[in-house]
Amino acid sequence: MRNLRLSSHSRRAALGDRGRRAHPDEVVAVGGYLDEQFCQVEDLQDDASPNFTEEVVTLFFKDSARLISNIEQALEKYPKDFSRWDAYMQQLKGSCSSIGASRMKSECMSFRDCCGQGNPEGCMRSFQKVKREHGALRQKLEAYFQLVRQAGPAGAATRPV
Amino acid sequence: MAAVATKTPFHVLAVDDSLPDRKLIERLLKTSSFQVTTVDSGSKALQFLGIHDAAVNLIITDYCMPGMTGYDLLKKIKESSSLRDIPVVIMSSENIPSRINRCLEEGADEFFLKPVRLSDMSKLKPHILKSRCKEHYHQEQHHQSDRNSDERGNPANSSSSDSINTRKRKAADNEEILPQANRSRHSWKQTD
Repeated sequence: MRNLRLSSHSRRAALGDRGRRAHPDEVVAVGGYLDEQFCQVEDLQDDASPNFTEEVVTLFFKDSARLISNIEQALEKYPKDFSRWDAYMQQLKGSCSSIGASRMKSECMSFRDCCGQGNPEGCMRSFQKVKREHGALRQKLEAYFQLVRQAGPAGAATRPV
Repeated sequence: MAAVATKTPFHVLAVDDSLPDRKLIERLLKTSSFQVTTVDSGSKALQFLGIHDAAVNLIITDYCMPGMTGYDLLKKIKESSSLRDIPVVIMSSENIPSRINRCLEEGADEFFLKPVRLSDMSKLKPHILKSRCKEHYHQEQHHQSDRNSDERGNPANSSSSDSINTRKRKAADNEEILPQANRSRHSWKQTD
């Protein structure tokens, strides 16, 4: 069975990263959702585990939805309990890190900074951003996996040797 | 009895409460030709080890887990006479030097910063082989002291270290420990 992967060029295009020659602002604005770690995850995929990346991403969203819900509840039930909020966000940040979700991870880190500063409004604002990034990432990756499925054997054929 | 050199892969027990991380570490280990068991908590790890201690060649555990942390698990392993020689690797997404030092001081063999990479996997086998050497050495010591005891006409030897060595020898027998040459693995294949 062919390993369904996009060529690295197609992958970068799908994720909005137009490569080194792209204008820096463009890359920041459009791309940057996922970093090198995502490539590391994809590299673990092979004929024996042809859907590995999508499986990991699915587990990530299952896990992250739960963690976001925990944080939401904690923000409500435990006002100004920064260490509790921080502990939950640390888990979410770790998950982001594992699949290379760099933009979402940045927002997680901002939230933790606000916790460290004892800034509840900052935490609330930051949390909204985390949720937005989460939603955007989900959309991006859904589109990406659709592309992968559509590409099929053709995608594999354009893989660099 | 001459045993056939069985090519059983080394068995790693991976402990992590995060579902995506468990999947990742499992894949990393399998890609590196390890046999893998994953559990989601320190207590489940101890449960598994209680039954299968002889069959686990290395434990890799996340640091931050609810209930029993990776550090707590490490301590429990080091306190156990049957488990203490199994190499332990700690993983953490937080780069905190005091945490790393604490783990290494408690006897962890290695500390991986998450996300763990395929290249980290090549660091595991040396720790397993090192602990094997220790086992062989202890077995030799045990045999030697047996021989000495026999010569002195005193076969019974009930020191606690000997009971550990006996347990280790039993473990060794179960795993068909053979001279190092037979246990050497093929070169660790890495996907490119």
